[in-house]
Order: sequence, then C-alpha cells, then structure tokens
Amino acid sequence: MVMTDAPTGPIPVLSRTFRSRADELKAVRKEVTKTAQNVGCGTEDVQDFVLAIDEACQNIIRYAYGEDQEGEITLKIYHKDRELVVMLRDFAEPTDVEMVKPRDLDDIRPGGLGTHFIAEIMDRVEFMPPPLDGGNLLRMVKRIS
Amino acid sequence: MDHTTSEENGAIIITFGGDMVLDSSPDCRKVLLESVAKNMPVLADLSAVTYIDSSGMACMVEALQSARKSGHAFALAGVSDAAMRVLSLERLDSVFSIHESREADLKSLD
Repeated sequence: MVMTDAPTGPIPVLSRTFRSRADELKAVRKEVTKTAQNVGCGTEDVQDFVLAIDEACQNIIRYAYGEDQEGEITLKIYHKDRELVVMLRDFAEPTDVEMVKPRDLDDIRPGGLGTHFIAEIMDRVEFMPPPLDGGNLLRMVKRIS
Repeated sequence: MDHTTSEENGAIIITFGGDMVLDSSPDCRKVLLESVAKNMPVLADLSAVTYIDSSGMACMVEALQSARKSGHAFALAGVSDAAMRVLSLERLDSVFSIHESREADLKSLD
C-alpha cells in the first residue's frame, strides 16, 4: 500500500461580504486584524496587512463603485504555508487596470496613495481575469515573516 | 472621529481622537483648513487617534500645504508607531515637523 501525504490547499480563514460603504470598513478592519493575529502575524505585519486591505476596499468604494452607486464587496483570505492570500471581489464595472498605478511620491499632495500602500506592503498584487458574472477580482499575497 | 480645538502659546491645537479614515476625513479636512486659515501656527495632536489611513493623512498633507502657502507652521504631535508607518510609506516622515508631544511642540514655538 502506498501512502502519500494529502495535498494541503490554502485554508480559508476569513470570508465576508459587505456593502461598499466607508462606514463598513471599521468592522472589516477589526475582523482582518483578528484573522492576521490568529495565523501568527507580528504586530507590524498585522498593521500593514490591515492597512493594505483597507486601502484596497477604499479604492473599490471610491473608484470602482463611485459616489453614485453602492454594491457588494466580498473579501476572502486564505492561509497557506507562510502566506496570506487575499481575494477581493466587487461587482462594479470592470476596471481599466492600466489606470491603476501608484503615483510619484515626490509629488507631495493629498490623496492617491492607496495603490502605493498596497504595492509596498503586499508581496504580490494582481488583477485576476474579470469574473464571468462581472466586476473585478483583485488578488494580493503577503508573506508572513 | 472627534476633535477639540484650543489655543495655547499663540498656536491652535487640534486634538483628534478615534479613526481618521475615509468617512471621517471630510470633517477632519474642514477643521484643519479652518484652523490653518486663521494664520496662526497649528498643531495636530494625534495621540488619541486609533487608526489613520491614506485618507486621514491626505488631510494632514493638505493642511501642511495650506499652512506653508500662508507662511505659518503646521506640525504633528503624539504620532503613534502605526501612524508613523503610514507617514513613512508615503515618504512624509521627513516632510512634516513631528513632535513627541504637544508640550514639546509648544516649547519649540517659544
């Protein structure tokens, strides 16, 4: 009899759907904080992780949905090996990913830095192919130190 | 987010508390810019701020720029480690005048 180790896939550690409203984000941050702590992230990693996810959610609220519409955001986090994988889904119009770029930090002015935070904090960030039923799907990966 | 405003040593001190985030940033922006418009040095005391993100920091940047245009000081005090992390991510930790406490800042205005 041949025994093989069962492949271990990513473990879902958080799944939450919420409305695209700024006042929903406090509860989301709280849950993400708890999730990151539970998988053993240190204080700085937790803060960074929460910040990046918060900024990504803000981008959906402000730009994907915009002021005129409200929709759903689904946040899922998976834990595999020493990585946290974040899948963030909205149901707004597909984003032109070429327009989503961090801006020049030497240009000191308010706003427009959320994308920069995400790029600095996360080890990998990518827009996945648009889901068949519309919207956008952002995948972010953070290595846990 | 809540705030209180006072005057000490010829400076306006705005003490913020709570989360400085997307939905509270319009109020934050308003109180900062109204204070800067009074043409006095302004200190934003962040020691009671529990969380700040790029929206909250954008208000600080706008206040700093406005203060610079009118030739007055704008400084931060009581910046937590988490807020310093946001500042350093934005490469703003060397742009702002940052004091450990409001007392340290007010002393620097003497």
